[in-house]
Amino acid sequence: MLKRVHFPASALPYLLVAPQILITVIFFIWPASQAVYQSFLIEDAFGLSSEFVWFENYQVLWDDDQYFDTFWRTIVFSVCVAVLSMGAALILAAFADRVVRGATAYRTLLIWPYAVAPVLAGALWVFMFNPTLGIFPYMLDMVGIDWNHYLNGTQAMMLVIIAAAWKQIAYNFLFYLAAMQSIPRSVIEAAAIDGAGPMRRFKDFIFPLISPTTFFLLVINAVYAFFDTFGIIHAVTQGGPANSTTILVYKVFNDGFIGLDLGGSAAQSVILMFLVITMTVVQFRYVERKVEY
Amino acid sequence: MAFTKSTVASAALLSMFAGAAFAETEVQWWHAMGGANGERVDKIAADFNASQSEYKVVPTYKGNYTETMTAAVAAFRAKEHPHLVQVFEVGTATMMAAKGAIYPVEQMMKDAGEPFDKSDFLPAVISYYQTPEGELLSMPFNSSTPVMWYNADALKAAGVEAPKTWDDVKTVSQALVDNGMDCGVSFGWQSWVMIENFSSWHNIEMGTEENGFAGFNTEFTFNNDQVVERLDDIAAMSKDNLFKYGGRRGDSLPMFTNGECGMWMNSSAYYGSIKSQAGFEFGQTMLPLDTKVASAPQNSIIGGATLWALAGHDSEEYKGLAQFMTYLSSAEVQAWWHQETGYVPITTAAYELSKEQGFYDSNPGTDTAIKQLSLNVPTPNSRGIRFGNFVQVRDVINEELEGLWAGDQSAQDAMDKAVERGNTLLRKFERSAN
Repeated sequence: MLKRVHFPASALPYLLVAPQILITVIFFIWPASQAVYQSFLIEDAFGLSSEFVWFENYQVLWDDDQYFDTFWRTIVFSVCVAVLSMGAALILAAFADRVVRGATAYRTLLIWPYAVAPVLAGALWVFMFNPTLGIFPYMLDMVGIDWNHYLNGTQAMMLVIIAAAWKQIAYNFLFYLAAMQSIPRSVIEAAAIDGAGPMRRFKDFIFPLISPTTFFLLVINAVYAFFDTFGIIHAVTQGGPANSTTILVYKVFNDGFIGLDLGGSAAQSVILMFLVITMTVVQFRYVERKVEY
Repeated sequence: MAFTKSTVASAALLSMFAGAAFAETEVQWWHAMGGANGERVDKIAADFNASQSEYKVVPTYKGNYTETMTAAVAAFRAKEHPHLVQVFEVGTATMMAAKGAIYPVEQMMKDAGEPFDKSDFLPAVISYYQTPEGELLSMPFNSSTPVMWYNADALKAAGVEAPKTWDDVKTVSQALVDNGMDCGVSFGWQSWVMIENFSSWHNIEMGTEENGFAGFNTEFTFNNDQVVERLDDIAAMSKDNLFKYGGRRGDSLPMFTNGECGMWMNSSAYYGSIKSQAGFEFGQTMLPLDTKVASAPQNSIIGGATLWALAGHDSEEYKGLAQFMTYLSSAEVQAWWHQETGYVPITTAAYELSKEQGFYDSNPGTDTAIKQLSLNVPTPNSRGIRFGNFVQVRDVINEELEGLWAGDQSAQDAMDKAVERGNTLLRKFERSAN
């Protein structure tokens, strides 16, 4: 016979989770539901007249080729940012892991950029790459490259990708370094005794052993590229030229706060919300299984 | 320590009494003037407050034009809106459509019993902000118009005069480039300068319904042959660097002040920036004329912002606001503002006063903007523009023009697409405003 221990019902557990529930409802559920409701409306900026239109705002987006272009652009942007920042961080961490002298100094310097606010990071790149005043266009000119990201969409995209990736390297570096340092020395030493060189040790031991960190960072970087890069894009290109750096989150801002088209903007943010939910679920359910812990 | 608790407490107490003793009525003014112009706005408010004791105008900087407008809209929805907000000219249609939110300035002056004469103002300035029936909706504050800035030293070195027509622009550009300059001409705010003002300057319409002044159901028509040919010509100029695109808004200013481009078309309100940044003699002249389109220029249209009164406050507060409006548009304040900033004087009296003070003699060319604006009596094509969602339409125009400058499409394609996308935005605006 199965024995069960019964506790008398008590309000205490409900009371203890109540603050968290309250915060979730006030700061997440309620605004999200407001966005969903707003996305069904066509309304003037001041909210004086509004019309309930069901899915018309979504229909407009569905018919808009530009919106699909923005979708693809966001995916290209996110993949580039994630690969670039994670790749660079991995290389830097692999080297920092082997540094014997002055390790703290290197580490501190590499972590620094993370403390820079996105808009400021953007402003730095704006100055460095200003086609007329910047130092980089001047140097590029010497090797025959004409840099003008005000006109050249590809260059503008490269610039925001580099700026966004640079900002995230520090964060990725920190996690990669911690992961590498938690690998038991005996494993690496055994490999070394068996004759594996540094490259081999990295490829066959270190990289597989830190794969949970890589997976974690993949999620974090994807979310970062989707949302947190807004400040950089706003400071560097404002989505231009000719929309070539307008990603989904920037379009939400532009249509909603510049264009004052609240319904259309809300519809976009609802789509974005579902996209992120799907992405996270897929990543945790399917990608995580392939990761060796 | 200098600040003990009791000093702070007594200071707080004192200020409470002070507040009770004078019972000043506060008038909130949200504006978009940062930096040096923000300090000037503060000075205007402080001077007004010092001139009387009944009312207190409190200016607050709310970010750039779009941010200020968005802030006011959000505040209105939350019923926390200011009495007065500065809105840029392209936001006019949005404000106009918000009938319950705005308090037409002419009506407000009348209700407050404040004397107000519209004919004091320059026609080119106030025509932009009137209803079809002629009622003035908002108070003009900072207005400018695009002019042709030129590097006088570079032009002299190349042995050419400042251009008067677009053919001149080409020959002067060629001479400048031949003389070793990187580029001939560039411009900023391209929708405003190259579409809106090009159209009014040559007296051609940009959209139906008198550029939107006569009401809704407007269709854009700026994909006409005149505009397209002009743009095609400029795109062709970029092949030999006679023209170089340098970004939206004022992003291309360094190209001019660094001596990369010899000519630059943009707002007259860049006077202060150019003066502090350019290491050469510079001048300003009127916008070039396209002789194939018109035999003489009509008049240019303004940009900049006006002050909108928002509805829903006490009548006593509006009285203070009305007094402040009178102070703000007085000749002394306006002449000072104009001479300090490069914005055009909005009243005839301020213009006359600046003349008397000898401002134009000691700063030659600074009256170019006002001459352009008052060149002729505005026609329906040159009175201004009033299109809904125009902030977004300008972005659409920017995007399509950038496609043209990058060589991805022809001027005809660019303008056709801009018109089509713009019309969609107009229809959307009409539905939301119904």
